[in-house]
Amino acid sequence: MESNYELIIGLEVHVQSKTKSKMFCSCDSNYFNTPPNTHVCPVCFGLPGALPVPNRRAVELCIKTSLALNCEISKDTKFDRKNYFYPDLPKGFQISQYDKPIGLNGNLEIETVSGLKRIGITRVHQEEDTGKSIHNNGETFLDFNKSGVPLIEIVSEPDFRTKEEVTTYCKRLRQIVRYLKISNADMERGEMRFELNMSLRKAGETSLPNYKVEVKNIASISVLEKVIDYEIRRQSEILDQGETPKQETRGLIDMTGETTSQRSKENEADYRYFPEPDIPLIEISDEMISKIRKELVELPQQKKERYIKDFGIEASNAETIISDVQTYKEFETLVKNTDKAVIFEVAKWYTGEYFALQNNSIKNSNFSPSSLVELVTLVTEKKITRANAKDALIESYTTGKTIEEIIKEKGYEVVSDMGQIEKVVDTIMSSNPKAVDDARKNPNAAMFLVGQAMRELKGQADAQSVKDLIMSKLK
Amino acid sequence: MKNLYELTVVEALKLLESREITSFELVTSCLNRIEEMEPTINAFIHISKESALEQAKAIDEKRAKGEKLGRLAGIPYSLKDVYNTKDLPTTAGSKVLEGYVSPYDATVQRKLQSKDAILIGKTNCDPFGFGSSTENSAYGITHNPIDTERVPGGSSGGSGAAVQYGGGLFSIGEDTGGSIRCPASFCGIVGLKPTYGRVSRYGSIAYASSYDTVGPMTKDVRDSALILEIIAGIDELDATTSNDPVPTYQSTLDTSLKGKRVGVVKEYLGEGVDSDVKDAILKAIEVYKELGCEIVEISLPNTEYAIAAYYVIGISEASSNLARMDGIRFGLDVNTNEWKEKIIKTRGEGFSPEEKRRVMVGTYALSAGYADKYYNKAQQVRAVLKQDMLKAFENVDILLTPTMPVTAPKIGENTDDPLKMWLMDAFTVTINPVGVPALSIPAGKDSNGMPIGMQLIGPHFGEDILYNFAYQYEQKVKE
Repeated sequence: MESNYELIIGLEVHVQSKTKSKMFCSCDSNYFNTPPNTHVCPVCFGLPGALPVPNRRAVELCIKTSLALNCEISKDTKFDRKNYFYPDLPKGFQISQYDKPIGLNGNLEIETVSGLKRIGITRVHQEEDTGKSIHNNGETFLDFNKSGVPLIEIVSEPDFRTKEEVTTYCKRLRQIVRYLKISNADMERGEMRFELNMSLRKAGETSLPNYKVEVKNIASISVLEKVIDYEIRRQSEILDQGETPKQETRGLIDMTGETTSQRSKENEADYRYFPEPDIPLIEISDEMISKIRKELVELPQQKKERYIKDFGIEASNAETIISDVQTYKEFETLVKNTDKAVIFEVAKWYTGEYFALQNNSIKNSNFSPSSLVELVTLVTEKKITRANAKDALIESYTTGKTIEEIIKEKGYEVVSDMGQIEKVVDTIMSSNPKAVDDARKNPNAAMFLVGQAMRELKGQADAQSVKDLIMSKLK
Repeated sequence: MKNLYELTVVEALKLLESREITSFELVTSCLNRIEEMEPTINAFIHISKESALEQAKAIDEKRAKGEKLGRLAGIPYSLKDVYNTKDLPTTAGSKVLEGYVSPYDATVQRKLQSKDAILIGKTNCDPFGFGSSTENSAYGITHNPIDTERVPGGSSGGSGAAVQYGGGLFSIGEDTGGSIRCPASFCGIVGLKPTYGRVSRYGSIAYASSYDTVGPMTKDVRDSALILEIIAGIDELDATTSNDPVPTYQSTLDTSLKGKRVGVVKEYLGEGVDSDVKDAILKAIEVYKELGCEIVEISLPNTEYAIAAYYVIGISEASSNLARMDGIRFGLDVNTNEWKEKIIKTRGEGFSPEEKRRVMVGTYALSAGYADKYYNKAQQVRAVLKQDMLKAFENVDILLTPTMPVTAPKIGENTDDPLKMWLMDAFTVTINPVGVPALSIPAGKDSNGMPIGMQLIGPHFGEDILYNFAYQYEQKVKE
């Protein structure tokens, strides 16, 4: 960004919990693509006399999220009512948490250009989703299938200083909730949503700016990035003129990231929070916490660090592998019984050639990913050359033939019999006396001899060993 | 012989089981009584004549065949119109729900139906329970059957009047701050406000969620005990219900009271209590002495704060509970499609002045900058009241007070002075924030022949104690 200002960002992220039923009733919470108002009951439709009963699993998932984000857990937690009127809010209030959120004072470490950075997590709380307003030709239709679906809200401190930090954080968070089976966090289904709190301050200043702009209902990370870009431009223009941007809530105009004023501070909503009297206080016991803690698996950052430390996998390869659950699980299955020394090489092939194949070729159903490990092992053992191994992989992927079959068919076996190689080398050297002379004066010229020998060996030897042998004979 | 509608539930069950009467005869008797009384009393908003008779016939046939029947088979009852029922509309006494038919049954309705009781109609009440006289209902004033110029009490006034005159053998009222006990007192019947969490509130249209209780209104104590046995218990649809086992309340009615301790709250017999009411309570104290009880004077020193705390919390919750009455999904149709206008008009036209008063004051009490002064302060008072009450029960088995400081006022007597009306509930409203059970039973009449109610207050889940004390008194004064 242009320099004169520093970015101050705090984020509120909503993720939809992966539960069978809704937050406060037994309706199926899997509402995506269902006909409107088919997943409703007196409770989530807000009928008179209906009462909310909290979903135990949802509370557990919220505790799990809090633990994964290093939060303190409120031992006695409660639900509160957030009161406001809107047509898709059936009860006239949303059940949320106010002063005793399930998780408090946590953090998430993210990687930045200048190393690991700890982003403070102010709170993690449980709430319910609202219904959906569908605007069409000046009319509004209401669908309450989404009403009452459990949402976990993760509120960060205003700790972000660059757009990249925000993106990294969002991606890490998405990985974490997927790793822990808390949420599918599928943004296209609205299972992960963002609210941005942003302001700018002069470079070098240390106190928080005296204004804050809130942008609600951001449906994806890419739109979030665009909104940040837009707001940087908009807010710095105002600041350039010596003015302060208005403290307000802004909404998205479209997916370009442009925002428009929705509500200013003067008419800020008063939600009149008070404890939800229909739900008793919830005590979270130490037993419950330790039971949930046991459900925690290795998280993406830890996994990445372990890959690098234990296997020497390159950071960029490690990042690719940990990026989603399916990928890391496939990788870990692949290398389960593989020699440590080979794993880092498998990681390279897996994220390189293998990913490229997946994107560009059609897989034969007989192909087994374990072929990859087989090949890489052969390469490391110098039993097949790198180039031949690549061809064999493509062949196996598209035809389903085993690596063994391909090597046999194509004669890809590397000549590892040093006696045979020496015989070839001696012949080449004695039939090319001039080249041997040249090579003695200039070692670079030895490559001609290596080339000749490799040709004679039909490429089925390790070029480095051939070169080493020739060099030793030149001395 | 008595008219059938005059029978208690227990009496009627005996006659039904011995086949001396049929349920059809019993229901017909009650329906005829309703037809006779309703033009002057207006206790009911909805009456289900045909389906009640059909159900009665079906039960009689089953009985004739010797099929197994529920414990209340063939007994006609009414529900306060705050309970959702699929078969009859549910209005809560408010215009905002005019014509509303619920797609589901309240838990209490399901339980009674599962015991083969017969719903005969739904009774009038102050809208959402907002009142102590049943003068605020959008469906007209209910008159006291004992003196039709007087109110039946409220907010479950329709239930009180119906049980008094025989429009069904019992009714289920709803008590947030005396709404069962006040009409029980004014109509001369027995009304129980159970412990909070004893009976499921699912399907009961909420007034103040942390106070609301569901309880029986009956002709005598034994009936009350029987009905509570049936409607009490944990409900997976109400997270605030208790899993405490439900005792068989009828089995301890005869326990001797010798050596038991009755606490008399001195603050509740002071200024503002009618002399006739005070005399009746003093007489009742004598009866308990005769029954072998020790009388202990008790002080509940913070009562003066209790009324304020009750109202602040109650109407705060009410303001939020009534927010769903927005006209968008159900209820009054105000014929506009612009959503803000629709909400404003629905509430503007659908709510009476009393409903508006409580919603507005409650909204104010919860607002930023005021919540600490009102709502949060009231919660602190509530905690103190609870402590006072628990302390009182360290020394005594029950507390004895008048239910209301007065007997039924004339219709219109208090309508110009809402504050006076609110203060009339001093002895009943103070119970709900604490959550303990309280029972109102008849304790004589005043010089005009109007019934006086006596309130027995027990410890949490001490309904069995209340029934024991009430039944012993009832039998003693019968002699």
